[in-house]
Amino acid sequence: MGNCALDQNTGSQSLSAGVRPRPSGSRRDLRLDLFRGLALWLIFLDHIPSNVVSWITLRNYGFSDATEIFVFISGYTAAFVYGGAMRERGFIVAGARILRRAWQVYGAHIFLFVVYLAEIAYVTGSFDNPLYAEEMNILDFLKQPDTTLVQALLLKFKPANMDVLPLYIVLLVGFPPVLWLMLRRPTMALAASVTLYALCWRFDWNMPAYPNGQWLFNPFAWQLLFVFGAWCAVSGNRHIGDVVRSRTTIVVAVVYLVFAFLITMTWYLPRLAHFVPRWLAEFMYPIDKTNLDMLRFAHFLALVVIVVQFVPTNWPPLKWPMMRPIILCGQHSLEIFCLGVFLAFAGHFIFIEISDRVAMQVVVSVLGIGIMISVAWLITWYKEMESRGAGSGPPKRPDADLAGGHV
Amino acid sequence: MKRVLVALVGVAAYAGGAWAQPSDTCISTEVHAHTGLPRVAAAIDQAHQLAISVSGTASSVLPGPNGTGKAYPARLEAALSGRLKGVSVKVINAAKQKQTAAEMAAEFDKLLAEEKPVLVVWQTGTVDAIRGIDPDDFRSTLNAGIDKLQAGGADVILMNMQYSPRTDSMIAADVYSENMQGVALEREIPLFDRFAIMKEWNDEGTFDLYAATKNPETAEHVHDCLGQLLADFVIEAVDLARQPKDAR
Repeated sequence: MGNCALDQNTGSQSLSAGVRPRPSGSRRDLRLDLFRGLALWLIFLDHIPSNVVSWITLRNYGFSDATEIFVFISGYTAAFVYGGAMRERGFIVAGARILRRAWQVYGAHIFLFVVYLAEIAYVTGSFDNPLYAEEMNILDFLKQPDTTLVQALLLKFKPANMDVLPLYIVLLVGFPPVLWLMLRRPTMALAASVTLYALCWRFDWNMPAYPNGQWLFNPFAWQLLFVFGAWCAVSGNRHIGDVVRSRTTIVVAVVYLVFAFLITMTWYLPRLAHFVPRWLAEFMYPIDKTNLDMLRFAHFLALVVIVVQFVPTNWPPLKWPMMRPIILCGQHSLEIFCLGVFLAFAGHFIFIEISDRVAMQVVVSVLGIGIMISVAWLITWYKEMESRGAGSGPPKRPDADLAGGHV
Repeated sequence: MKRVLVALVGVAAYAGGAWAQPSDTCISTEVHAHTGLPRVAAAIDQAHQLAISVSGTASSVLPGPNGTGKAYPARLEAALSGRLKGVSVKVINAAKQKQTAAEMAAEFDKLLAEEKPVLVVWQTGTVDAIRGIDPDDFRSTLNAGIDKLQAGGADVILMNMQYSPRTDSMIAADVYSENMQGVALEREIPLFDRFAIMKEWNDEGTFDLYAATKNPETAEHVHDCLGQLLADFVIEAVDLARQPKDAR
């Protein structure tokens, strides 16, 4: 249980030894692992329903949340890992690897969907409270299991909290030509991405969902963050390194983060909402998560500016033992993401069957993160063991879980 | 994994502790009217009568033969009648199950013509979330519905979802409640935050909303409290409307 990535690594890999922080000169950027690990923890905490611990998560203090971090770093690492493969082995081989990865993610998504079905059937079957007759209508979709299952396999029927992996699948499937262009004309690839983003806003492009509506994370919009991550991996430092580190940029970023924080406070303390001028509210709202609102994207950029400024590649805490667990989680993002979704379900089950008091919410949160760390450690151990055992094996093949490169 | 789960459940059981007992008082810190209800204030002050309609879904009624009488709209009528002496208060419960916001809004013309309400409590969100209605469409439906009700001479209170801890993770209601909050702010419509109130009750142990029970008593008690708090909310909003604008 827990390792929901199918056939994650049949071969061993050259980068897997880099799980341990290397001495200087390593190309591995542990910051990516660190922040992706952090994003995975936050996504887990946010997925546990009515969890008091989720008050610490990013989404309560600004416009963007862990999803942005996850998508950006996924784009960055995909370009880093498959970009290397594409340079060395060509478009076909690298493209095939990307699609294989997409297939793994698809398998992981279907696995989680089955877990969800089991949970929803259990929860609603055991629950007959007259107060909640209305909410029990979620079972209606089980009345047509044929339709529902096919729609789920087509990624059109996506239950609550199961929207990130389908987005990731679509982004990966579309990635080979983007990467091809990125390696030759990075700025043109980014411009194409921005154009697609603008067009999807202009013409309301999105993927259809079942039974109604559209995808919660519009791939045509969210690809911007993924491609931007890839662009940063391929050529970001060369183009915008100085701009990102300039004093003006940092001041603007800080001002914007403070602004976003204050606005977010008005959502939780409605008394403050009247301090927001009407014209500003009309300009800002709704802040569209589905289509990656510019306010969210800008908030994420501001966070990146601050991180790049204050967390350099050789940031000493990256090598602290206490940071290892979070970095480990970030290095096995697909497995740990799936595990996190599963654990959030399990936590919900505990709330139902035992208690949902605050103490229990804290226990479930801490235990869940503990399990995520343990499994990440196990995967690391297994991969290291495998790579040691296959000394004269075939060429090593890195996967996109392993972050690296330099910003 | 199994062993881990067993250990998890064990520790959780230890940390769980006992349920708090329900209290008899309906208290919430989440009831704040930020904008007034001028038509309601005028109806109370001038006509001494108050016709209210509730447009909603299954969570505005209770099952069973006496369900309607025990659901929050009837409790609202009782509470308002007690507090507004000399005013004849009538609450019509027009809730029907499984209606989306758009389906309810389609009935507004009829509702306005037949009941001539001065206040419409519009309870919505859950059905739209379950059916995955496009949030943009949901938002424009809210706006159009509010336009229609106001043009028809009624004040509007929006009421959001129930807090349902068992199904909380399965119904993606966030984006719908955010849209309701956004529309309420933009249009200066009071929003009765049923979700926050019920969540507070569950967190404080006032009611155990996790319980799997067929027993109607808790449900009736919850609706009674909702009706009373909604009455407080209406009266707060009426007081706000009576204050001169510059004094706010």
